[in-house]
Amino acid sequence: MSAEHHHEHELPFWQKYIFSVDHKVIGVQYTVTGLLFLFFGFCLMMIMRWQLAYPLEPIPLIGTWLSQSMVDAQGVLIGDGYNSLGAMHGTIMVFLGVVPLAVGGFGNYVLPLQIGAPDMAFPRLNMASYWVYLSGGIVMFASFFVEGGAANSGWTSYTPLANIATTGQTVWLFGMVLLITSSLLGSVNFIVTTVQLRAKGLSFFRLPFFVWAQFVTSFLLLLAFPPLEAAGVLQLMDRLADTSFFMPTGLVVSGELQEATYSGGGSPLLWQHLFWFLAHPEVYVLILPAMGILGEVIACNTRKPLWGYKSLVYSVIFLGFMSFIVWAHHMFMTGMGTTLSTFFQATTMIISVPSVIILTCFIISLWNSSIRYNVPMLFALAFLPMFAIGGLTGLPLGLTASDIHLHDTYYVIGHFHYVVAPGTIFALFAGVYHWFPKVTGRKMSELWGKLHFWPSFVFINAVFMPMFFVGMAGVLRRQFDQTEQLQGAMVHGFTIMSSWGAWGLGLAQIPFIINFFWSIRKGEKVNDNPWEATTLEWAAPSPPPHGNFETVPVVYCGPYEYSVPDKDTDYCPQNVVMEA
Amino acid sequence: MSDVAIPHDMEPHPLTGMYNGKFGLWLFLASEVMLFGALFSTYVLLRVGAPEGTWPMYGLEIPTGDQILSVGLAFVNTLVLITSSVTMVLCWASLKMNDFAKGRLFLAVTFALAGVFLVVKYFEYKGKLTHHQVVLEESFGFEGETAITVKTDNGNEDTIVVVNGHAENFSTWEDDGFIVIHPDEEGESHGHSHELKIEADKIKRATTWGPNASTFLGTYFTLTGLHGLHIVGGMVVILYFLVTGASAWKTMPEKYINRIECTGLYWHFVDLVWIFLFPVLYLL
Repeated sequence: MSAEHHHEHELPFWQKYIFSVDHKVIGVQYTVTGLLFLFFGFCLMMIMRWQLAYPLEPIPLIGTWLSQSMVDAQGVLIGDGYNSLGAMHGTIMVFLGVVPLAVGGFGNYVLPLQIGAPDMAFPRLNMASYWVYLSGGIVMFASFFVEGGAANSGWTSYTPLANIATTGQTVWLFGMVLLITSSLLGSVNFIVTTVQLRAKGLSFFRLPFFVWAQFVTSFLLLLAFPPLEAAGVLQLMDRLADTSFFMPTGLVVSGELQEATYSGGGSPLLWQHLFWFLAHPEVYVLILPAMGILGEVIACNTRKPLWGYKSLVYSVIFLGFMSFIVWAHHMFMTGMGTTLSTFFQATTMIISVPSVIILTCFIISLWNSSIRYNVPMLFALAFLPMFAIGGLTGLPLGLTASDIHLHDTYYVIGHFHYVVAPGTIFALFAGVYHWFPKVTGRKMSELWGKLHFWPSFVFINAVFMPMFFVGMAGVLRRQFDQTEQLQGAMVHGFTIMSSWGAWGLGLAQIPFIINFFWSIRKGEKVNDNPWEATTLEWAAPSPPPHGNFETVPVVYCGPYEYSVPDKDTDYCPQNVVMEA
Repeated sequence: MSDVAIPHDMEPHPLTGMYNGKFGLWLFLASEVMLFGALFSTYVLLRVGAPEGTWPMYGLEIPTGDQILSVGLAFVNTLVLITSSVTMVLCWASLKMNDFAKGRLFLAVTFALAGVFLVVKYFEYKGKLTHHQVVLEESFGFEGETAITVKTDNGNEDTIVVVNGHAENFSTWEDDGFIVIHPDEEGESHGHSHELKIEADKIKRATTWGPNASTFLGTYFTLTGLHGLHIVGGMVVILYFLVTGASAWKTMPEKYINRIECTGLYWHFVDLVWIFLFPVLYLL
C-alpha cells in the first residue's frame, strides 16, 4: 500500500482530479455535475412558474436576457419557449440531475467502500461513463441555442409531434443516446463490482441496504434503457431519413397531408410503449437509491438494526422485477381496451405492495428508538410522510376509472413530484449531509443545515400540495396559460401559491450552497467515523486514499449491528469481531 | 493509469466462475438483447399493423421480404459470418495452445471475413438505393404497372398502382414536371421493356427503395444498419488486437487471451443477431 501512496503523489493534477479513474473522484465529479444540473433544471422551472402565476406579463429581471426563441421583445414568454422549458426541465431533472446524482454520485462513491473494494471493477470504464454523461449534458444544454430552441415536445417526446418538431428534438435524441450509453457503462460496472469485489465475509445478506438498492437499480438501467435507445434510433430515422416508424398513414400537419416524404403505416403508440418500457423502471431508478440512502441514515441515527432487513431486500428485488410490467398504466387513455388495462391495473396495484413494505419497515425502525435529530436524519424523517403522499396519490392514477378524470392534469404533476422531489431529492440531501464527512473529513454545519431543511420542508409542500387541487379542478399539465379556461381561472390562487412556493424553495437552497462550500474549507474536523456507523465505508480513512482501505477489510457480521448488548460501544462495525 | 490491483481481474470469482471482464461482457450482451429485442418487437408490431398492400412494398399482395430483397446475397453473408465465428474460436484456441502466429492468422481471417460481409452489404444497399418506385394516382395503363385492390381501415376498397424501375431524373423530377423510368441495365425489366415518361399530376408519390419507401424498408435499413455498425465496432476491436497483439502477447499473454475471449463472445453475439435478422427480414 505504501508504494501506491507514494505513486499517488506523482500523478499530475489533471490525472488525479479531472481524468481520474478513482471511483471517489468520479463520484464527486458526478455529484457536483448532478447538483449543478439540478439547479439549472430548477431555474428553468422557476421561469415557467412566472408564466403560470402571471400569464403573459413580462418576466421580471431576466425576461429581456432570454433568447428570441423563448420570449418576445417585451420579455414575455412565448408558447414555444414555455414548451422548451417544460421539456428540458423534465429531461434535465431526471436524466442529468437525479439519476447521475443518485447512481453516478452516491453509487460510485459509496458502493465500493461499503463492499470493501479498492475501486470499481472497471476503473477506466467508470471514467468513460462520466465523460460520456458530461458530453450528453453539454449536448442537451447546447440544444437551447439551435434554431427553434431546445426540444419542445415534452420530456416524453411523444410522436408524431416530436417527429415534426424543430431541430432541438434531433439534438435531444443525440443527447439521450449519449446519456443512455453512459448509464449502460455505469450499470455493467456496478453489477460486476457488487458481485465480484465484495470483501471476504461479506455475503449477499450482509450487504448494506444501500448496496442492494444500487444493485437492483443497475439491473433496471441495464435492461430498461436499451429499448429507449432503440426508440431513439427509430425516431432519429424518422426525423433524418424520413422513415415512418411513428408516422401514421394520412397524417395532416397544418392542413397539409404528410404523404410526399413519408410512406405512412407507422404507429405513434409504438413510441409510447417503448418510451414507458424504459420510463417506468426509470421511476424506480429514481426512487430505489433514495431508499438505499434512507436505510443507512435511519439505521445509523436510530441506533437500531433496520427493522425487517430481509423483507426490505426481497421487496426491493420484487419492485425491480415488477417495474418491467406496469408501463402501460401511463397509457390508459390511449384506447388500449379493457383486457390490457385490467392487467396493467392489477400489476400496478401489486407493485405498490413492496413499496409499502419498505416504507413500513422504515417507520417501524423508528419505533422505540432514541432518535438523533441531526440534519441527515431530519431529511430522512421528512422523506417518509412526503413519499407516502406521493405513493398514495398514485393509486387513483393506477385505476382506469379515476384516471379518466385525472390523466394529464396537474394532479399527475403533484403525484410524481411528491415521489421525486420531496421524496428522492430530500433523501439525496440526507445523503450529502451523511457522507460529507467521509468525502472531506469535515462535517457540514448543523445550524446552516437546519436553516436549509426547515424552509425547504415548508416551501416544497407549498409548491406541490396545491397542484392536487389544481389538477382535480381539471387544469391540464402542459397548458401555457391556465387562466384561459374557467377551471384554471377558478383555482388560480393555488397556482400562484405554487409559484411563490417554488421561488421560496429556490431561496431556501442558499443556506445549503453556503454550507457546502464553507464546510469544505472551514467545517468542523471529525474522525473517520463521526456518526459511529457500522458499515465498511466508515472503516476507511476520511477522505479515503487511492485504493481506499489501509488494510483489506474482512467482514464478520451483518450491516446494522447497533445497540449490541454487553459491549462498550453501542455499535459493532462490520469489520470487527463481535465478542460472544 | 490505475495502479490499484482490482480483485478478480484475471482469476475467476468462485460465485460466477468468471473474471470481471467476461462477466461484464455477458451483462453488456444482456442489454444488447434488450436493444435488438425492442427492434424486433417493433418489426412485429408494425408488420401486424401495416395497412394491406403496403408490406413489404406498395403494390405487393404477399407480405414476404424475399420479393424485394436479395436472398442470395444474404445467404452468402450468412455463410461468411458463420465462418468468421469459427475462425474467431480457432484464434482463441490457438492462443490457448500457445501458438501466437496461428492465432494472429485466424484473427486476421476473421477481420477479412467481416470486411467481406460489409462489402456484400454495400452492394445490397446500393441495389436498393438506385431502384425507384412511383405510386400512381390511379391506373393509367402504363406497361409494367401493377395494381392491387386493398381494403382500407374504414372498410372501403382502394387501389394501389405502382411502377418500378430506374429513374434517371429522380432528383429533378419535380422541377421537370415528369419522371422518366427505364428498366435496369443488368436485365431486370420490372415488366416494362423501354422507358416510361410519367407526368407529375399522375404521381402520388415517388421514392427510391430507401428507408422512406415503406415501413418494411425502414425497418430493414435500421436493423441491418445497426447490425452493420456492430460489425464495424467489432472490426475496430479486432484490428486493435491485431496491431497491438504482438506486444500485448509478450507482456501479458493471459490477459491478451482473456481479451480475445471477450471479443469472441461479442463477435458470436453479433453473428447471432444476423442469424435472426436473415430469416425475419429476407425469408418470412
